[in-house]
Amino acid sequence: MKILVPVKRVLDYNVKARVKADGSGIDLANVKMSMNPFDEIALEEAIRIKEKGNAEEIIAVSIGVQQNQETLRTALAMGADRAILVVATDDVHNDIEPLTVANILAAIALKEGPSLILCGKQAIDNDFNATAQMLSAKLKWSQATFASEIDVKEDNVRVTREVDGGLQTIDAKIPAVVSVDLRLNEPRYASLPNIMKAKRKPLEEINPADLGVEVTQRLKVIKTKEPDSREAGLILENIDQLVEKIQENVGG
Amino acid sequence: MKILVLAEINNGELAEDQTSKTVSAASTLGKVDVLCASNQCSDASTNIAKMENVENVLVLEDVLFAESLAESYSETLMDTINSYSHIFAPSSSFGKNVLPRIGGMLDVMVISDVSKVISEDTFERPVYAGNAIQTVQSIDKVKLISVRTSNYSAVPSTGSADIKKIDCKGNNPLTTFIENKMQTSDRPELTSAKVVVSGGRGVGSKENFEIIEGLADKLGAAVGASRAAVDSGFAPNDWQVGQTGKVVAPDLYVAVGISGAIQHLAGMKDSKVIVAINKDEEAPIFQVADFGLVDDLFKAVPEIEKKV
Ligand SMILES: Cc1cc2nc3c(=O)[nH]c(=O)nc-3n(C[C@H](O)[C@H](O)[C@H](O)COP(=O)(O)OP(=O)(O)OC[C@H]3O[C@@H](n4cnc5c(N)ncnc54)[C@H](O)[C@@H]3O)c2cc1C
Repeated sequence: MKILVPVKRVLDYNVKARVKADGSGIDLANVKMSMNPFDEIALEEAIRIKEKGNAEEIIAVSIGVQQNQETLRTALAMGADRAILVVATDDVHNDIEPLTVANILAAIALKEGPSLILCGKQAIDNDFNATAQMLSAKLKWSQATFASEIDVKEDNVRVTREVDGGLQTIDAKIPAVVSVDLRLNEPRYASLPNIMKAKRKPLEEINPADLGVEVTQRLKVIKTKEPDSREAGLILENIDQLVEKIQENVGG
Repeated sequence: MKILVLAEINNGELAEDQTSKTVSAASTLGKVDVLCASNQCSDASTNIAKMENVENVLVLEDVLFAESLAESYSETLMDTINSYSHIFAPSSSFGKNVLPRIGGMLDVMVISDVSKVISEDTFERPVYAGNAIQTVQSIDKVKLISVRTSNYSAVPSTGSADIKKIDCKGNNPLTTFIENKMQTSDRPELTSAKVVVSGGRGVGSKENFEIIEGLADKLGAAVGASRAAVDSGFAPNDWQVGQTGKVVAPDLYVAVGISGAIQHLAGMKDSKVIVAINKDEEAPIFQVADFGLVDDLFKAVPEIEKKV
């Protein structure tokens, strides 16, 4: 079977997002960009499934600007077999909405026929947590979100989901869309030889129009502002002072 | 404008806090109907009917909804949902699972994690782990909104809504429920507790976490944890606070052995008062804490527990 893994290029998780002075968004000029950490986990899982002999091919897809090529090269170096870049904008500040992303991925899925699509559960920039669910709806496939364990069987995939109350296990019929959570695995680093090899792996470049998809924006961003900031408070001298403060704020 | 709130009900049990706070957010725009879909609805619907500002409770009782699996939930509700202009759900694992699927079916964007309802088409939501707040305006015909419930208070239980049964004609050939491993606890719920005591990697082990739990129990608090503590197996996953865990805003948040990474702060920096205990005076948690103590937690926490 084939596995499709969408990967997003986002502001590196170690870099603090800075709001642009004019309130038009986050400053993404000259900052470190990386693969969305959740997508790395999804890709790692796909590679492990393939290593166990349960998949033949892994296709990484990235949607956004031309520079997403770098993200796809990383995906190829980690272990994806080929990559598809969908150039949907020429402005890094233009975030393609999950709904459009889902439409694009659905079109690719219909062409490629994967049995499994593994997505990160959310992108750490827009924090929407929506693409996998929308994609699954568009394809009318089974949906398993927030996976912390994935076991691929013959006709279905058994997924343990991290939910608010604890853990839930479900069987999702293949083809399935699964979104992954942080505890699923720890992604590998690409080795130098694999980075070299990745340069020769196929990377196809297309446009949304090639897939018959229109890029829309349903949510107009009117303003981006800094959150209310907290001031650093008092460093107390001893435990008794702290006990006092705790008692004052517990409300009796 | 016609507003529907999707109540969160797990196996017949209403998530009252989440649902009531979602009703509260939706009430900014007017009277609401609440959809009560589960395998057992009598208790849940009675409680929902008392929530202020609720006009109708739509009851859909079927075993199909026991676990709120996304496919059956969204598919079956299409007819009902279609007559509403605004659909609100809590931004819990329930809401995050079903609402975007409904969006995919309706070809409508979802507006996740809304922290403020400004008008019928304009909303505020945090992005970048809460490092920025975006105001967005939706041009979709239907608004699908998941609510960051920690930003809202529950509505009073002074209402008396009508309870109406509606029909269901669904099945779910796509996913099968296997089992739940839910944590049960006598402590208050993490997302609605007035006091939260959280432990991080500094706590060192699952056994040591009893120090955190001891202080929490003394204070009548819920227990939280950082991702590092959960990943290391010190604490269960449903205790995680942060960008990818739960968002809390208690009156008092006590962070013990937690460094204060932005992803952790994303889940607790709206707490009224933050107290931090960390042996490293440079730890970033002190930059957001109202009161800090630079000390070894193994010495400090048991002593605090004794004295409070
Ligand atoms: C995509 C993504 C999402 C994430 N989501 C979350 C999330 O939702 N929630 C979350 O918490 N993290 C999240 N993280 C992880 C986050 O970046 C940090 O790694 C994590 O919060 C660190 O946990 P910690 O503070 O317990 O551990 P550390 O950073 O290791 O800090 C441990 C602290 O304990 C102190 N300490 C050690 N021993 C003692 C002692 N004896 N007495 C007193 N203090 C002591 C140390 O000084 C240190 O400050 C996420 C990361 C990524 C990449």
